[in-house]
Amino acid sequence: MKEERLPVLRWVCTGLTVVVAIVWLSPLYWIAATALKSETDTIAMPPTFVPFPLDFGAFIFVIQNSPIFRWYLNTVLVSVLVTFFSILCALMCAFALSLLEFKGKRLVYWALLVGFMLPFSAMAIPLFMLMNKLHFVNSYAGIILPQIATPLSVIVFKQFFDQVPIDFRNAAVMDGAGDFRILFNIYIPLNWSIIWAMAIVTFIGAWNNFFWPFIVTDSTPMLTIPVGMTQVQSAYGVAFAKTSAIAVMASIPTAVAYLIFQKRVTQGVMAAAGLK
Amino acid sequence: MTKTQPNTRPTPRRNRWPVGWVLVSPFLLFYGLFLIYPAIQVVYLSLTNSDIAGQGAFVGFQNYVELARDQDFWDSVGHTIYFVALTVVPNTGMGFLLALLVVRLKRLRLPILSAFFLPFVLPVSVVTTAALWILDTNFGIFNYLFGTSVSWFQDPIWAMPAVGAVTVWWTVGFNMLLFIAGLQNISADIYEAASLDGANAFHQFISITCPLIWPVTSLVLILQLIAQFKIFDQVYLLTQGGPYNSTMVVLLYMYREAFQQNRGGYASAVAVVFVVIMLVISAIQFRLLQGRGSK
Repeated sequence: MKEERLPVLRWVCTGLTVVVAIVWLSPLYWIAATALKSETDTIAMPPTFVPFPLDFGAFIFVIQNSPIFRWYLNTVLVSVLVTFFSILCALMCAFALSLLEFKGKRLVYWALLVGFMLPFSAMAIPLFMLMNKLHFVNSYAGIILPQIATPLSVIVFKQFFDQVPIDFRNAAVMDGAGDFRILFNIYIPLNWSIIWAMAIVTFIGAWNNFFWPFIVTDSTPMLTIPVGMTQVQSAYGVAFAKTSAIAVMASIPTAVAYLIFQKRVTQGVMAAAGLK
Repeated sequence: MTKTQPNTRPTPRRNRWPVGWVLVSPFLLFYGLFLIYPAIQVVYLSLTNSDIAGQGAFVGFQNYVELARDQDFWDSVGHTIYFVALTVVPNTGMGFLLALLVVRLKRLRLPILSAFFLPFVLPVSVVTTAALWILDTNFGIFNYLFGTSVSWFQDPIWAMPAVGAVTVWWTVGFNMLLFIAGLQNISADIYEAASLDGANAFHQFISITCPLIWPVTSLVLILQLIAQFKIFDQVYLLTQGGPYNSTMVVLLYMYREAFQQNRGGYASAVAVVFVVIMLVISAIQFRLLQGRGSK
């Protein structure tokens, strides 16, 4: 938009944007500030806006009195495995759909399309019963397995594979390469950036997933962080510094992952929404 | 999807199709076992009086008959629609406004964009913890700063709008991102030509930006509709459906019937009705996306 002739307006606009952004982030500041206060300071009136001196008591209490590191470990394990297997399965499936001709391919398409529309949360009851029968309730397998098949990743990867010139594959076939080698040595390296993007988006999604781990786990040592932290809150009662401290600890991994891989996250979100 | 045609030229190699199936099968295995099978199972369960362990007898359409007369269920449908109405348009509009603010920035663009997007990458329980603290009746900073004394999540009038506001704060960054992409796709030449013709910024906004961003707007609206219909986490964590059931939404009702009342069969009937609603919305989405693709 042409605003060059009105520099004042431009500065006002930019200033306004910055103010809105600061307001937008203020709840996060407030959580961090609360976590660094003593419990009595959190409910002092008028409130102190900048915690000084910093009080790490809430963090120390949470670390000593809750299995937070166990939950961290659970969440890391679950998110890493979900990401790895879901991306791998999606890549192989997308490759077959994009480049190979086989009987029943249309059926796979239809299954993808139908599954894409089914809301996962509505399947919670039969899925829980299945996990119960398999003795997967309160286990890593129970949390991980249902999160692996993500039709969205298949659709995104297929679109990218479709755009790779077919000559790449034909040349490799001439050289005697099999389809597995073509996938892993040509198609995956060529599409590395979108694969990485989808992997980070999947990782953040798996880390933050609340609904399914909440349904399939209830024993304290098996919880993931997003579920576990709610348990701590009900155990502590009104203890704002402690609940804020655990919230800060729960957010650090995804927040840092986002800030480091910002461009990839943006790319992944766009691709997943159908805008490349 | 038609682009596959030139790619699948038959190559002179035997045993073509097993390779295809080998590559597809890991995905299909997980997919079939943990999505398609439960989808079929939920329909069957809805015709039984199963408990949550899956033990029960076939009862035909009894659950659906009961559901049709269940005022609590219809209330939960109403509350879900109310939540959708409270969030979809504001979240889309807000996303558009933020995108307009961000897209014209240069050096500040990345930090400002991240500020708006950051809440979206946080776990829902962090978001609700922050909300419960900030909107706390007695010690919350919000009531202190604005001089109000509302019990946001305990007041039947305010609970749902408060959950909606929290949801918008949490998720608007996603919509903003899609709008930014859309705004960047509008060629600068069009604005150039318009300003040569003497159109001012306001006219350009009305007659260039708004119509050209519409495909993205419709996409965001439909994605929002689907996402907000599935409301569960925020309500469960903020209000547990209260006060006086005023925030009891469909999935929470399903959860309560299944896992707290031990009525797996009845809850499955709730799930089936929910899926049907979602499929209708998705069909509309599919139509819309196809329309976009053919342009």
